[in-house]
Amino acid sequence: MIAPIPVSLLVNGEPIEALVAPRLNLADFLRETLKLTGTHVGCEHGVCGACTVRVDGEIVRSCLLLAVQAQGSSVETIEGLSDSGEIADLQAAFRARNALQCGYCTPGMLITAQDLLRQSPTPDRAAIREHLSGNYCRCTGYQAIVDAVEATAKTRAEQAA
Amino acid sequence: MKAAAFTYARATSVVNALELLAAHGDKAKVLSGGQSLMPAMNLRLVSPDIVVDIGGLTELRGIAVSGDVLAIGALTRHVDLLRSPEVAAHAPLLRDAVAHVAHPAIRNRGTVGGSLAHADPASEIPACMAALDATIVVRGPGGERRIATAEFFRGIYETALSPQDLLVAVELPLSGEGARFFFQEYARRHGDYAIVGLAARALVGGGQFTDLRLGFFAVGDRPLLADAARKLINVSVTPALLAETAAALAEELDPEEDQQASPAMRRHLATVLMRRCVAALLERPELETGGAW
Repeated sequence: MIAPIPVSLLVNGEPIEALVAPRLNLADFLRETLKLTGTHVGCEHGVCGACTVRVDGEIVRSCLLLAVQAQGSSVETIEGLSDSGEIADLQAAFRARNALQCGYCTPGMLITAQDLLRQSPTPDRAAIREHLSGNYCRCTGYQAIVDAVEATAKTRAEQAA
Repeated sequence: MKAAAFTYARATSVVNALELLAAHGDKAKVLSGGQSLMPAMNLRLVSPDIVVDIGGLTELRGIAVSGDVLAIGALTRHVDLLRSPEVAAHAPLLRDAVAHVAHPAIRNRGTVGGSLAHADPASEIPACMAALDATIVVRGPGGERRIATAEFFRGIYETALSPQDLLVAVELPLSGEGARFFFQEYARRHGDYAIVGLAARALVGGGQFTDLRLGFFAVGDRPLLADAARKLINVSVTPALLAETAAALAEELDPEEDQQASPAMRRHLATVLMRRCVAALLERPELETGGAW
């Protein structure tokens, strides 16, 4: 039996202390230990993007990060971004345009899209597709997702003006 | 799938990491960004007894110009290359290449040292290092060594690193005035592993190449610096010469067959990239179509 390792981190602003097995990845830690099941597990090898979360402000694959590697980090999940209202307009745009069907990819899509909009407030459609290229959606065909991100960017730009 | 169980050690310094590697040898795996190692562990292709996490060693992170060398620390992430003014000024090839490496969430974690040590023959960074004539800096039980790229890559996932070694940095000669670069790859989806790719550095004077380094990837078991490029140096490039060079390149390559492409398709795509590269670097668009071809 391999001894668990203590880890302390912030999750959605809340300090967390836990003992974790070294092999436990961050996605499973969030889902199984903290019951934050908005982070989805798809391929478990970094291809599908369903497990995307923010660590210290940057998006990462939580299936490719060990929970022990998050020591001292600030992790933000879809629950955090939803509860703070940071992406309420993006979520409304997804809903309005049917930019989801089964919803499995949606948390990762939202976090990745918000990452783009924070770096580049008025991206064109090619830039949106490029930034979302690591997130698979098997339902929508992506058009509605790109529409929703583009519309949110425009609305935010108008509000900022 | 999930990774098999392993013991975890967080290295506190380079010396400490070397001690851990000396103690555990090939039972250990070095974890930097984890964007190649973790998928391999999750797929149970690799099951180390112990993982040595070097992610906290800030002394291995960073990009700096010193003398006539651009030094890039092993833990420098792909996204750091994209944002670095030093890379933009002295090695823009790397910036162009990194835009093709996976996706933003991967580039936020993946490291230069990890990519080089992993030595995937379809990966972009090793071929760039071959084109840029880089030197790989390694520390091991016997001290520090500097290894030329051509000596470093030994095969699929094989390098000159021993299990006790730690890759600490890569050093690039500054490209100098007038250097030109070209990067293109074929991939099914932007960010996927390349079917065939080309990273090139050239010096051009009087409408001719005075130097040309063509670093191909995904065409063999390691990045390949094409000998055929020599045919194009210090001569006036004609469509006939380019056709001859393309034939020599196709002969030189020994590509693998996989689900994405046959060896013949890879040879063909490599010659297409070579033509585009020569046409772009010499600013002679008519060469791309190849005249006689």
